[in-house]
Amino acid sequence: MGKLYSGAEIVFKCLEDQNVDHIFGYPGGAVLPIYDELKNHPSIKHILVRHEQGAGHAAEGYARSSGKPGVVLVTSGPGATNVVTALTDAYMDSVPLVCISGQVPTHLIGTDAFQECDTTGITRPCTKHNWLVKDIKDLPRIMHEAFEVATTGRPGPVLVDIPKDIQFAKTDYSKPKKEKKIKERFQNRFTQKDIDQLINLMSKASKPVFYTGGGVINSGPKASELLRELVSLTGFPITSTLQGLGAYPGNDNQFLGMLGMHGTYEANNAMHDCDLLINIGARFDDRITGKIDEFSPKSKKVHIDIDPSSINKIVKVDLAIVGDVSDVISSTSKTLKKKNLNLEKSNKQKISKWWQQIEKWRTKQSLSFINSDEIIKPQHAVQRLYELTKNQDTFITTEVGQHQMWAAQHYKFDKPNRWMTSGGLGTMGYGLPAAIGVQVAQPKKLVVDIAGEASILMTMQEISTAVQYNLPIKIFILNNQYMGMVRQWQELLHEKNYSESYSEALPDFVKLAEAYGCVGIRAKNPNELDEKIREMINVDKPVIFDCHVDQDENCFPMIPSGKPHNQMLLGPKDQEENKITGKGKALV
Amino acid sequence: MSKSKSAYSTPTKLGKLDTHIIVVWVDNEASVLSRVVGLFSGRGYNIESLAVAEVDHKKNLSRITIVTTGTPQVIEQIVLQLKKLVPVHKVANFKREDKNVIFKEMALVKLVANSAKIKKALNACKKYNPVILDKTNKSVVIQITALRREIDKMSKNLKPLGLVSVSRTGAVAMTRGAEIFN
Repeated sequence: MGKLYSGAEIVFKCLEDQNVDHIFGYPGGAVLPIYDELKNHPSIKHILVRHEQGAGHAAEGYARSSGKPGVVLVTSGPGATNVVTALTDAYMDSVPLVCISGQVPTHLIGTDAFQECDTTGITRPCTKHNWLVKDIKDLPRIMHEAFEVATTGRPGPVLVDIPKDIQFAKTDYSKPKKEKKIKERFQNRFTQKDIDQLINLMSKASKPVFYTGGGVINSGPKASELLRELVSLTGFPITSTLQGLGAYPGNDNQFLGMLGMHGTYEANNAMHDCDLLINIGARFDDRITGKIDEFSPKSKKVHIDIDPSSINKIVKVDLAIVGDVSDVISSTSKTLKKKNLNLEKSNKQKISKWWQQIEKWRTKQSLSFINSDEIIKPQHAVQRLYELTKNQDTFITTEVGQHQMWAAQHYKFDKPNRWMTSGGLGTMGYGLPAAIGVQVAQPKKLVVDIAGEASILMTMQEISTAVQYNLPIKIFILNNQYMGMVRQWQELLHEKNYSESYSEALPDFVKLAEAYGCVGIRAKNPNELDEKIREMINVDKPVIFDCHVDQDENCFPMIPSGKPHNQMLLGPKDQEENKITGKGKALV
Repeated sequence: MSKSKSAYSTPTKLGKLDTHIIVVWVDNEASVLSRVVGLFSGRGYNIESLAVAEVDHKKNLSRITIVTTGTPQVIEQIVLQLKKLVPVHKVANFKREDKNVIFKEMALVKLVANSAKIKKALNACKKYNPVILDKTNKSVVIQITALRREIDKMSKNLKPLGLVSVSRTGAVAMTRGAEIFN
């Protein structure tokens, strides 16, 4: 019989065999044996957070910027319940996480023991799968299966709940053989016939559009390269969801900008008027589709997704291709080339009218805003941040709200994995801990959290983590003293009754930064903005940047709820010129 | 026109609801039933009846039979979502009207009555394979197997004949002929 290892040792053996080099966690009674074992495994670095939600979001940022699964280690009871928000966030945005939680010893389970909770019960709806390890012999298998489930197919979070006595119990361990047992459900299911059908549709289309999402990012950097090739081969316009930003260069001429509730005029109108819609790795989210009955009414719809349950969930499609995005795109491009169908040339005549129409929409300049010399406009702040950071490889995270949309609209990404934002769950407080995770994965790169003053206060404590590990993240707060998006909806839909959306009693962010031992910078007027941003970039320390912006600015363009894509609310400039008419009037 | 103040879209018209029988083969492990049932409750699907038991001890497989209603789109989602669960091996989906599938439910009914009434009751149950499981001077326990609506009808008809208690299973299903579902 070989050497026997304790459960805690096995946890680390598995992490080592999975090439994990960082874990994010917080100790507690029910995980002490695992924490005790940490010192014997120097290849695994533990990042101590200040709250378990922070551990979860940091692991998400780590995963999304590196393409590797994020690993979280928390204790039983409150440790596990605190991480639930992050697990749900990862579940909604398809981020691979492996969460290991301690549990009370098996003989105490079900007795309402100290710091006991039904962790697997609580996390069942917000994980792809979870396990309660009741027998030490199962632990090695479950640990490896956890990584497999988290990273294959549509990625997502998993949780392994390990009772304390199992952490002490001993069994043997051998490195798992590289067996190809990935289940059928995670494999490509498309055939060449599907690809031929797609190409047939593409060659017939006169108003085509690509609508790409986070699936392209999740499919790996190769998928983004392949997407660029396909878009250039076809000459079709392309728009992206919030999560898909960066898969295609944001400043390319074929890119229409983001679509959806706060997407550009040209992207949303193209979606509405197109005759062929090719969805690559997106899921027809309600922030994208608007009113579903009037969503892209005249188009043939193609949906490429690795998750069969995403197909026909919300929008019925004409052609479904189930498979990994990069495999599907690569087959499509190959077939295009083999058939010698240079769509860009052969179709040019056909789709040139479509491009003319798109150019017409572009002249609306739906992202424009009226700038000011006296007060910093939040859009201007994001634009300046982009201009001053675009020459270096910059990673952006955000919180949730107006600032998030302005970041998505005005910061142009040209590489995948550079943009980390909470899209599905919309978790305020995501950005700061996510930035920590990104900086851990990308130690030499510039990491900026574009934040709002309300969101940042939800996970403010994690700035302490950044200071502890010398992670020079930049927290760029667009401070308008309001929960801006709430205020905007109240202005437009609730007769300006700003119920509880004013951020009363805000801290002095510069002093707060100093209290945490990092650097605080404040910008109050447009003249000093550039200089201050440069100062922020040049500090090799965590920075809290308090950017005072216009309190009344709204995020435009906007599709009001229950409206189709072609009924957008444009910015104040448009309203001045055209006066608000028709449908828009009912809203303002 | 009252304007919507919701940040979400307003619900659109509902499609036609069909009743389906969904059969799920799962690993017989802890909490597998709650994963399946949780999926239904979490996504707002209906469960009309449910029957679960281990069917293969060696392979550790259980078979879950669920009767549910939904639009065709919802039924398709139910099947696809079930297939995503890790312990689920395969999923079969039948329309209730499907002629190639047998559906059966079982019920135990207890009557407390005189022998004349009991005789009458047994007679009424004749079509539903009645089996007498227990009998005393003034009571009887009868097992019947039938379709859901037939059992519904029976329990109504047996009321005047001294019915005091009914215990019912959910529906189970099997395809007709030599064909098996793979």
